[in-house]
Amino acid sequence: MTGLSASIAALRAEFGDAIGRSLASCGGSIVYASRERSHDVLAWLKNTPAEGYNYLADVTAVEYRDPERPLEVVYQLRSLSRRADLRVKVALDKAGPLEVRSVVDLWRGADWLEREVFDMFGIVFTGHPDLRRILMWETYAEGYPLRKDFPLRGHFSRAEQTRQALAANPEAHYSMEELSIADAFNELPTDMRERLARGERGFLK
Amino acid sequence: MGLTNPELTTVSTVSPNWVTTRLDFLTNWARANSLWPMPFGTACCAIEYMATAASRFDLARFGMERQSFSPRQADVLICAGRLPFKLAPVIRRIWDQMPQPKWSISMGACASSGGIFDNYSMVQGIDTIIPVDVYVPGCPPRPEGLLYGIMLLQKKIKGESITDDGLREEKLVGPSGLFLPPERVDELSEPFGNSVQQTRSA
Repeated sequence: MTGLSASIAALRAEFGDAIGRSLASCGGSIVYASRERSHDVLAWLKNTPAEGYNYLADVTAVEYRDPERPLEVVYQLRSLSRRADLRVKVALDKAGPLEVRSVVDLWRGADWLEREVFDMFGIVFTGHPDLRRILMWETYAEGYPLRKDFPLRGHFSRAEQTRQALAANPEAHYSMEELSIADAFNELPTDMRERLARGERGFLK
Repeated sequence: MGLTNPELTTVSTVSPNWVTTRLDFLTNWARANSLWPMPFGTACCAIEYMATAASRFDLARFGMERQSFSPRQADVLICAGRLPFKLAPVIRRIWDQMPQPKWSISMGACASSGGIFDNYSMVQGIDTIIPVDVYVPGCPPRPEGLLYGIMLLQKKIKGESITDDGLREEKLVGPSGLFLPPERVDELSEPFGNSVQQTRSA
């Protein structure tokens, strides 16, 4: 595999200025999309039959050591039928809002991936149905661990970290959907239904 | 001991005598040889723990015939593996659910000190969360190492006395939100080894 993916030329023809630079790296192709139109670009890549990137392998983010460089959200796409890969990046200027459109409506599997990026980098995915922390507990107050300005051991003292961790309710991390009993709600015992309705372990929609 | 009969608890206020030492011998012999472990396996140490429990090393030889997966029926909590902060309230709750008499073994470098994970997400030694009786070093410890730790715990149990009031005292999480003074937690979590090169920023 040498050279750029043919999808990139097609993207330029379709979106023009919304497509930034592109490069070939380690046998793969990388293309930058603008923050405003990232959702359109990804939707087009998924829904155009000639492209057919129907599988979102990963959503992640990169912050570079150079403080001038913007954060990048990385979408690793794959077309299962064409056996082709494409990496789409969206650069987020650190001065501006760290926001990008969620792609959960395109790929359902982006749900937890975007939550992880939010948890680790603090990037907000607008339109995400349930944007909560996923690796750290929900009341975690120290910031976003994979940001370069985050010290390795965290901001707080160990005693404070231990205190906050012990104060967390280990049962409060799961929503009803994750427990997969939302559909069975009406079959639950009355007292449990009352507790769940009060939101003790998450809310029913 | 957990003796609630007031006539019997008066025994503990006097110095050890022939009756209490004989009673100690009997109860300690029984306890040390029927330790039911509550495995709390989080990482590679748990693999070694499983090897210890399986036929080649056979934990049952030491009275640990029954793996107790319910804290209510367990005597010794074995934390096998690193403990992230997110699991800290979980292991604390399991420890609080275990009835007295109870002991705990911290298995491996990570459970004992945080090991290589001197970072924002990892508890730097489970002794900042629960009291620990025996630390087993190793990364991970071989089954022989864990068995040696268990034998040390049995030795410790055989030295206990019902006249010692403090032994069965519950060390609960206090109003400070910790079961140790905060300075002590900081001291226990102090970086060491290569990581002294790194500084905390706040």
